[in-house]
Amino acid sequence: MGTPLVVMRDITKSFPGVRANDQANLVIHKGEIHALLGENGAGKSTLMSILTGLYRPDSGEIRINDQAVELHSPKAAVERGIGMVHQHFKLVKTFTVAENIILGLQTSGEYYHLPLIHNQIREFCQEYGFRIDPAAKVWQLSIGEQQRAEIIKVLFWGAEILILDEPTAVLTPQEATELYKMLRLMADRGKAIIVISHKLNEVLENTDRITVLRGGKSIGTVITKHTTEQELTTMMVGRSVLLDVPVKEQYHGDNILTLKQVSCLGNRGQLAIKQVSLEIAGGEILGIAGVAGNGQSELAELIAGIRSLEGGEKYIDGTNHTDSSVRTLIKAGVSYVPEDRLGTGLVPGLNAVDNFLLKSYQQSSSWFINWRQAVESTQAMIAKFDVKMASLLNPVKMLSGGNLQKLLLAREISADPRLIIAVYPMRGLDVGAMETVRKLLLAQRAAGKGILLISEELDELFALSDRIAVLHEGEVMGIVDPQAATIEAVGMMMAGKRMLKQDAV
Amino acid sequence: MRCEWMAKIHFEKRNTTAKWVLFLVPILSIVVGLCFAGIFIVTTGKNPLDVYLLMFEGAFGSAYGLSETVVKAIPLMLTGLGVSLAFRMQLWNIGAEGQLYMGAMGATWLALRFPEWPAYLLLPGMLLLGFLLGGIWGLIPAIPRAFLKVNETITTLLLNYVAILWVDYLVYGPWKDPNGFNFPITAPFSENAILPVLGPSRIHVGLLIAFVATILLFVILRYTKWGFEIRVSGESAVAAQYAGMNYVRNILLVMFISGGLAGIAGMTEVSGITQRLQHGISPGYGYTAIIIAWLARLNPWAIVVVSFVFGGLLVGGYSIQTSGFSAATVAMLQGAILFFVVGGEIFIEHRLRLGGKGGKP
Repeated sequence: MGTPLVVMRDITKSFPGVRANDQANLVIHKGEIHALLGENGAGKSTLMSILTGLYRPDSGEIRINDQAVELHSPKAAVERGIGMVHQHFKLVKTFTVAENIILGLQTSGEYYHLPLIHNQIREFCQEYGFRIDPAAKVWQLSIGEQQRAEIIKVLFWGAEILILDEPTAVLTPQEATELYKMLRLMADRGKAIIVISHKLNEVLENTDRITVLRGGKSIGTVITKHTTEQELTTMMVGRSVLLDVPVKEQYHGDNILTLKQVSCLGNRGQLAIKQVSLEIAGGEILGIAGVAGNGQSELAELIAGIRSLEGGEKYIDGTNHTDSSVRTLIKAGVSYVPEDRLGTGLVPGLNAVDNFLLKSYQQSSSWFINWRQAVESTQAMIAKFDVKMASLLNPVKMLSGGNLQKLLLAREISADPRLIIAVYPMRGLDVGAMETVRKLLLAQRAAGKGILLISEELDELFALSDRIAVLHEGEVMGIVDPQAATIEAVGMMMAGKRMLKQDAV
Repeated sequence: MRCEWMAKIHFEKRNTTAKWVLFLVPILSIVVGLCFAGIFIVTTGKNPLDVYLLMFEGAFGSAYGLSETVVKAIPLMLTGLGVSLAFRMQLWNIGAEGQLYMGAMGATWLALRFPEWPAYLLLPGMLLLGFLLGGIWGLIPAIPRAFLKVNETITTLLLNYVAILWVDYLVYGPWKDPNGFNFPITAPFSENAILPVLGPSRIHVGLLIAFVATILLFVILRYTKWGFEIRVSGESAVAAQYAGMNYVRNILLVMFISGGLAGIAGMTEVSGITQRLQHGISPGYGYTAIIIAWLARLNPWAIVVVSFVFGGLLVGGYSIQTSGFSAATVAMLQGAILFFVVGGEIFIEHRLRLGGKGGKP
């Protein structure tokens, strides 16, 4: 394969208390799509932050084109042809695509000629086979188009090495396929593409080689064609993991949640949920599929009472709760595991006991809080749910992602709810923690609770849900039986195609 | 190469903050603030060390100085506790000064209106009215804040001027003492409207009121359900709403009590010190309270300690005026200290690292 384009050798980087990278190695060639695979906290982001000049390694060597380089700033990395597309796009929403590209363009002087830049961008797009209007304002673009704008920006800045951080997290399956087609075209023209991911299937389908990181160390690099899902998982986790979920028994109780044509507003005052009708029975998991930002969080907040209804009716266990406050709904047995765990679901600066009390403190009739009892209950809960923490009295922001989620779920489940709303409950968790969360949710289902599961991972939804409802721009496109439906059909609905009548459950 | 050395120094987030860091950082910040202010003192031809020594002696070196320091510490404690409560909920109440003036006015009204009431009725009544009026002055900006998200930093600040000018209007106008030789003062309070003093000094019962307020605030924040709500709301407003806490009601209540505590400071000042309402009853206690609350990291006990230090700074400032320094020197000192204390905050959460290579020594 000739001389490698990038060599990162024995990269070590420590932060107080953690060694994020421990003698990690990475070799990237021209013209390949290379996946960086690993669980959360494996050191993928740190390694890439070092390559993009955001962090400086404690030790180790970076060579680009067989030349040792020191990347002491993001600017230095850009000058070396390293460009990164972040998960959260770094675009100014009120600027046009072209303006965003000019912003931070290293070669331009004090003045620039906009029509010229527009032409250059168009030529660029043609070369790589995508279409985008350089004069469009970024806020008018879809998420997929914004991502393309971000990619063009990075290429325009002269990137030879393109790093993408979880690029498909915000895309529909179809958009994701499009993206990889584009990336392949770029690789064919000699660019090197690095994709950070924790999605096995995607990586197996679309990349040339895979480097697996675990605990900051590079475990190995494999050729995609010659590896299997099982081998990769074992490399990621260090042990083999049961990937299949046991078949669940069907159990259906009475309706716990009934939504009748509910609507609500989003944060910008637009209608975010439009006349949605859903039902969840006891012992049922209703999955909600959809591209991020199509009303999922609003739906969850609407049920939990945080967002008020613009229309429609909401029933819990047959009682009308259309106008109930959050507190009333908590009392009625609604548990809510929000998308934003640290900040909404848990208070970062407070300790585990405080966080355990976050909702239950209201139950006592006294003005005072019984701290001794609270500490004991917290200890019992932490033991039962196997949450690992150094001390009960440390702020919970010091916990790892998996333990945070366990703590949050433990609190919400301990309240013995009727309905559990779980929003992206497995996002960002490692394989081991995902297993735990999955088991907890299934146990709650078996206990006859109703569960609303919002997720962006279709595999996860198909494995866990009894029914899947697909949201697109705040409307339900259809409700399918995961046993009968295909991922492609759900993907079409995610893109806005309404379900045909005969497919309905 | 430009700024090579800059690239070699950077901040890194601390994982944990040790207890000693919490103490050492503000103390070092104060020292740096004193050094900085010292530069300006040097330009006036004086030795800053002499000046600081003189101030220290003035504030703590004699029984009289010490008692005056305590006298100044009382309103500082009360206003400091008040703003600290609001700060806990991330409500930036900069209006303690105005709330103090309104509290003073409320207390004065009762003292002038019913001078013949017995002390056991009049003093609690004045306390209550001081609390009420200060509280209302805190509540007014809280309402648009709670319902319309109007920035309370600006509204509370602006209401200070309204309160101060309103009190000025009263003492220059309708409430002016006819026997006061045209000074902007009200008639002196009756005997019954004056807070008793403790021993042979100007230290009045306000000190006990401040201590009681400290204990109450501590107990509320640490042991009650409502205190828990305030702590949660201050750390994360969305979490408070998520948990079903009444965020709007808590904003109103906290701002009311915050203003009320400053109002009590106004009451103790007119009843214990000036014994009448007059122009300029506060030399900026309500503003100094912000520095105190910040330095004390909003801890009620620490507010008591820091209030004594700042009381000393005020008294020391007065005592150096006799050797030719303007009162502005003290204001500058306070400003320099606040500047470095707030700037020093970054070291609580972060630490400085030199060089990007080589790792830990």
